[in-house]
Amino acid sequence: MKIHEYQAKEIFSRYSIPVTNEVLCYTVEEVVKATRKLGLPVVVKAQVLAGGRGKAGGVKLAKTIEAATEAATNILGMDIKGYKVEKVLVAEGVKFNAEFYVGLTIDRNSKSVIFMASKEGGVEIEEVAKDNPEAILKFIVDPDLGMTAFLARKIAFSLFDDFSLVKQGADLFQKLYKIFIETDASLVEINPLVKTEGGKILALDGKMNFDDNAMYRQRDIELLNEPTEEEKKELKAKESGLTYIRLDGTIGCMVNGAGLAMATMDIIKYYGGNPANFLDIGGSSNPQKVIDAMNLLLSDKNVKVIMINIFGGITRCDDVARGLVTALDQMKVDIPIVIRLSGTNAEEGLRIIAEKNLPTVNSLSEAAQEAIRLCKDCNK
Amino acid sequence: MSILVNKNTKLLVQGITGRDGSFHTGKMKAYGTNIVAGVSPGKGGQFVHDIPVFNTVEDAVKATGANTSIIMVPAPLAGDAILEAGDTAGIELVICISEGVPTLDMVKANAYLNKKGVKLIGANCPGLITPNEALVGILPANIFKKGNIGLMSRSGTLTYLMVSILTNSGFGQSTCVGIGGDPVAGLYYQELLQMFQDDPETEAIVLIGEIGGDAEERAAQYIKEHITKPVVAFIAGQTAPPGKRMGHAGAIISSGSGTAEEKIAAFEAVGVPVARRPVEIPDLLKKLMNK
Repeated sequence: MKIHEYQAKEIFSRYSIPVTNEVLCYTVEEVVKATRKLGLPVVVKAQVLAGGRGKAGGVKLAKTIEAATEAATNILGMDIKGYKVEKVLVAEGVKFNAEFYVGLTIDRNSKSVIFMASKEGGVEIEEVAKDNPEAILKFIVDPDLGMTAFLARKIAFSLFDDFSLVKQGADLFQKLYKIFIETDASLVEINPLVKTEGGKILALDGKMNFDDNAMYRQRDIELLNEPTEEEKKELKAKESGLTYIRLDGTIGCMVNGAGLAMATMDIIKYYGGNPANFLDIGGSSNPQKVIDAMNLLLSDKNVKVIMINIFGGITRCDDVARGLVTALDQMKVDIPIVIRLSGTNAEEGLRIIAEKNLPTVNSLSEAAQEAIRLCKDCNK
Repeated sequence: MSILVNKNTKLLVQGITGRDGSFHTGKMKAYGTNIVAGVSPGKGGQFVHDIPVFNTVEDAVKATGANTSIIMVPAPLAGDAILEAGDTAGIELVICISEGVPTLDMVKANAYLNKKGVKLIGANCPGLITPNEALVGILPANIFKKGNIGLMSRSGTLTYLMVSILTNSGFGQSTCVGIGGDPVAGLYYQELLQMFQDDPETEAIVLIGEIGGDAEERAAQYIKEHITKPVVAFIAGQTAPPGKRMGHAGAIISSGSGTAEEKIAAFEAVGVPVARRPVEIPDLLKKLMNK
């Protein structure tokens, strides 16, 4: 789950991490009012859940009221990577003479939280990782010890020469780690973390992503979620026990198991077709699940053929077949369906399907090829 | 014999009285797994499938000498269950089936079990099976056949499909291990590759990976440096769009990395053939094993 810059900085503030004075605005009038309140110069920043806002022209320094007005007018309503800008953050302009990058994330290999720090602040960290990886220092945080004062100091000494900055930095890093742990974050970033001309450390930007598995115990954080229309559909599917991700192809897929669902999409592509979605219906032969899944697939106008691939392990294929047949009896499906069943009681399941004159195939490869063949308006 | 679980495994089931726990306990017991105890706080003294239930892992181990624990409890309780098992002297291996465990819980659990020298598999995994000896998980027993192929996989039903293909081609399995779909988990490719390398019953290895992270790339390097037995791979998710979690918490392409292409390239660069369709695996194995 992602949140906006202004929300991340609100969380930072709650933990006493210094951020700029700033006001969230939805209209040009509000921007003008905020500018008067904060004093010039200000920075007008698009608030969207996408990266690269600066490059897209969504972040503008304004030295006059007119400039702030112009920036707000241009930025509000702008499209950045598919997101429409509905609000902007007006932040007081701060004079700084150094920029740094700091971030916390989960490192799969060390199976721990990792703290990343770089003197290359204010630029896209992925670029730095590609062009100059040695510039990013990584510190594994021991899960038992956490961010000790001495580790925080060590990190600070690697970034700052001035001891006053070392002290401020170390304090900030400990607070950042605390935020990460207490909010079940998956990513916390400050880019740039700046050194002001007054010698203070300040977070000029803030980014936070959260662990979806932990949101059940982070209800306040969950409330900050702003799903797109697409994501709302995915969340609704989740409520029915389905994991659904829409793609842009024409062959709708219904599979049990995430790995198998990915492999099914892959094999469609292998034979020149285009999967319309990822859909994991999980275990269980419950007809309602199949009905929900079918409805989901049929709601996508791009879907011309439906390919069902079920491996029955504990879930038996004959139960799945009965569920499928019950579902199809209750629905009107105008498009072709290809069904592949394998595993426990597959033969029995296929017999049940055949009785309903539904086509079945003997292998995953055949299923994919048959689906592609049946697909009338497919672009190969 | 094979790896990690066998006839000598004495299994306890944490969450034995739950719907999944009791169902799969019945399946494992029917397979012949030696299940000696169950744990469900507050239900000590009860029996499930004639297996005694205890309030704590410690009570269960003291009474029965259990050495392995399988956890089938709701995700919010799983982290603590892993810690409890790892904390109990006598438990050597913990398998967590539960899906949806918070990553920071797994960070904590993994670190603690590491410290205690207890092996962990999962979370969010189907478990493992050594055919004809022990089923410790929810894998469907009927597709497996005893043989000489070691398997390790991040997925569930895709693994079962692979196993069916192998069994139908005459390739039986020594041990099949589901390592799970989460970003932070217990035993992963490198440890298992080494175990299979050291296992006299395993002659070749099949590795089933997917998008997200760089474990496959690291495994490729490990194979180059340490593994002499034939390895064949399959990577799911070539058509996965970036930034989307494809079901498994760990199956996500972030900032352009963790793609299937990179993983396939890494394996092929070290001489590990990568099947493009599951059905290609037996032929790839035959080619390597005939050398």
